[in-house]
Amino acid sequence: MLSERTILLEVNGRRHRKNFPAHRTLLEALRELGYFDVKCGCEKGDCGACAVLIDGEAIDSCLTLAWTAEGRGITTAAGFGSAQAPHPLQEAFAKLGAVQCGYCTPGLIIASESLLRRAPDPDDDEIRLALSGNLCRCTGYTKVFHAVKEAARARAGGEER
Amino acid sequence: MSITTEPAHLRPNVAWRQIGRPLERTDARGKAVGATRYAGDYTMPNMLHAKVIRSTLASAVLRRLDVGKARALPGVVCILTAADLPDRLAPTDIPGQTGQERQKTDQQILVRERVRYFGEPLALIAAETRDIAEQASALIEVELDEAPGVFDPAAALEPGAPIVQGTNNVVASNKIRKGDVGKGFAEADLVIENTFRTQFIEHAFLEPEVGLAWVDESGVVNIRMSTQVIEHFRYVADALGVPHNRVRIMGALVGGGFGGKEDVTVEIYLALLARASGRPVRLEYTREDSLVGHGKRHPFVITYRTGVKKDGRITAVEAKFIADAGAYVFLSPYVLIYAVVAAPGPYRVDNLSVDAAAVATNNMYTSAFRGFGAAQACIAYEQQMDEVAKALKLDRLELRRRNYLQTGDTISTGVPIRSAVWTEQCAEQAWAALGERTLDRGPIKVGRGLAAYQQSYGRITWLHDTSEGWVGVEVDGTVIVRSGVTDIGAGQVSALAQIAAEVLGVTLENVVVYNSDSAVTPLAGTTTATRALYMTGNAIKLAAEAVRERLVTRAAKQFGVDPGQIDMADSKVSVVDHPDRSMPFAELVKMCAAEGIHRSELAMFRAPFTDKIDPETGQGQVHPDYAFGAHAVEVAVDTETGEIEVLKSVGAHDVGQAINPAAVEGQIEGGAAQGQGYALSEEMIYRDGVLLTPSFSEYLIPTAMDVPPVQSIILESRSGLGPFGAKGIGEPALTPVAPAIANAVADAIGVRIHDLPITPEKVVKALRRQAAPSSTRWPDIDWARSGAAHRGGTA
Repeated sequence: MLSERTILLEVNGRRHRKNFPAHRTLLEALRELGYFDVKCGCEKGDCGACAVLIDGEAIDSCLTLAWTAEGRGITTAAGFGSAQAPHPLQEAFAKLGAVQCGYCTPGLIIASESLLRRAPDPDDDEIRLALSGNLCRCTGYTKVFHAVKEAARARAGGEER
Repeated sequence: MSITTEPAHLRPNVAWRQIGRPLERTDARGKAVGATRYAGDYTMPNMLHAKVIRSTLASAVLRRLDVGKARALPGVVCILTAADLPDRLAPTDIPGQTGQERQKTDQQILVRERVRYFGEPLALIAAETRDIAEQASALIEVELDEAPGVFDPAAALEPGAPIVQGTNNVVASNKIRKGDVGKGFAEADLVIENTFRTQFIEHAFLEPEVGLAWVDESGVVNIRMSTQVIEHFRYVADALGVPHNRVRIMGALVGGGFGGKEDVTVEIYLALLARASGRPVRLEYTREDSLVGHGKRHPFVITYRTGVKKDGRITAVEAKFIADAGAYVFLSPYVLIYAVVAAPGPYRVDNLSVDAAAVATNNMYTSAFRGFGAAQACIAYEQQMDEVAKALKLDRLELRRRNYLQTGDTISTGVPIRSAVWTEQCAEQAWAALGERTLDRGPIKVGRGLAAYQQSYGRITWLHDTSEGWVGVEVDGTVIVRSGVTDIGAGQVSALAQIAAEVLGVTLENVVVYNSDSAVTPLAGTTTATRALYMTGNAIKLAAEAVRERLVTRAAKQFGVDPGQIDMADSKVSVVDHPDRSMPFAELVKMCAAEGIHRSELAMFRAPFTDKIDPETGQGQVHPDYAFGAHAVEVAVDTETGEIEVLKSVGAHDVGQAINPAAVEGQIEGGAAQGQGYALSEEMIYRDGVLLTPSFSEYLIPTAMDVPPVQSIILESRSGLGPFGAKGIGEPALTPVAPAIANAVADAIGVRIHDLPITPEKVVKALRRQAAPSSTRWPDIDWARSGAAHRGGTA
């Protein structure tokens, strides 16, 4: 039968021990663990809706096997903040109307955070490139672009949490 | 950018506090922090996982379907084939509550004998896990005998063509006869004829179709799902053969729709499996299921003949439309009507003749998509306007100025436009906003294009559309709104909160909207046809006003003034011009509660009701009203590689009244991107009916690298039929974008590519053709026999 083993996944600072088969993707595993902010859009690495940070790097969790994420720090978009205490990117996305249907939003937040960590003051082309792996059908990206710039300004102004 | 121009007589008496402000949408924060639960995020104990088994051929006879081995697999709980179902059909007519007689266009639920399109469902599996459902699907034995199919509407009209269903491949036809086209063409100094083609396209919402169904202790089938139309509960009940009150559909915030979640998707399959298994069942489409499994936008072949005077005035238009309806009828007849009504565009055409047919093929069925036929018409009439201008050597905007419809003029169907028509203002402002022209750089040629449009908002008036909504105030002064409306991402729910907040004088955070539950929220109709704000917004406004009137009456008594002197804002009730004479809103509400004054209201809003139009002339009212606007773009075309970059993109729309300007901008920006994909990169390619583009690496929607910053210009005539004079923006935002881009490309390279999408390959070919001296003119095409090219664009 299928090979299964218990692995340890550390998600948003919480540790989970659970049995997963070898073919289980990190996307499926995270959703099984209740991290519903990780969205399933294509399961082929085309849309970016399932993006999470692994050790600070943005990856498509649908293309990552759960076993390979064992022992590494996983952060989902919900791990950044909450409605009461949003992360600057989450605040900017909400405030500037960069959210419409919202299904792509967690992935866009992950891609944006990953960008701002390596380029705190990105230029326009860097932002466009950083977001190009995340498909959005509602917003046309204009307000997403503004939100990333706004969040970069907020971080530069010392508002980073 | 927001520009408000207020006719003095339409100015409100009291300044609005909520309406017209770019407030943070009520749903934005939850989505931004990842707390929002979509339909696919709900699970239940003991839940099964479902899968749909589909045909791998487009036209076939089902010779054998053996599910024995699959049923025997441990963990498989239930497999259904047509043999297991009662002899019932799935309704596919226009959805909703209107009580009109249904068209007899139903579809088989699972293939009984004849496969008519690629991906048509053969069987349903429910298993303990997704893995087991997947393994079971490999054990199902299917034998299909390929049958002659027809994959091109022109071929489907030929004598002897295979008949897809019934007796005739023409599933709908429409015409318009207005004025005298013979006389109009005789008066013309010049007649221009062109044929344009549009392609199959896909909605590409990010959230695939998904739902969870269970049968409760009273036998009610409950379905929590992603849909634009919770009122498909009736169609589910009809398909199951149970009374309508035994099916309940609950929505969730929807991860995008664009018309693609307007028809029935997973709900009938879920209901069948939940009843058969007696357990909760979850069905989530993979992206491939989604791309294969729901209806597409109709490809059209459109021919325009336009007669003009030397000064540019249009004397006659003759238009012919052929739409590929695919294998089942779905909403094709309605899409065709929208196309026909929009045929003259936002121009006064007194002599008009339109003939249109939707033709069945064994391609994927086609149905609703943002713009709904009117978008395809715009692609043709706006390219045609540019061709006319070119032939007359007239400025493209000037030609349009000389022909714009004005308020009071009659549209294609002979009825006058009563609302403001600000097409010209929109076009001028969009064009001006392009600013300084980008210069050519060697082989990179820059071009500009504009397209104006007329697009209905609200449903066809003979469907007798209504919307119900409920508003109540709690004793602590908070407000509850109940509406069946589904929120597909455009801020439908937030707009209702803003309307209720405005009328009742509270702020947005004091309003909670409960929505999209067919059993407990008042039935609001569909979130389709740019009708949600118009219909549901009006219903909520009516309900809130009724509550306000009772509260104000009581407050007036308290203060000993006339009710007209009471103002309610910021959760305070006061006497106008006497801020010292006030009380908290909550106190007034408590007072009313103590005295048994009714603090809630269920209201119904009715759109105009009409009879059907005259089928011979197409004359009569079709829609409640129309929106007008324009989109302008600047593009750069690399004449060596054919690559096209959109440099600037500006939408200018008269939305009547923006309830939330930030949300309106969001629609314009999103429409600009979706229209850009329609023009340049998106095509669902079918070969012999089989989909060749079943993923987002083959079906290319625009990314952040492709779309320039979109500029939105919002004009507000306050002349619409929606709440506070609103019109609508959902569909209008998309409609003019693709033709504007097509016009810009033609402007850049001096040759027109008549069929979308305008790929680099087509650009290079067109430039080569142009370079060859013998073929500078687009060849004449027999419109009825053409149509092959719309599929073969990338061959």
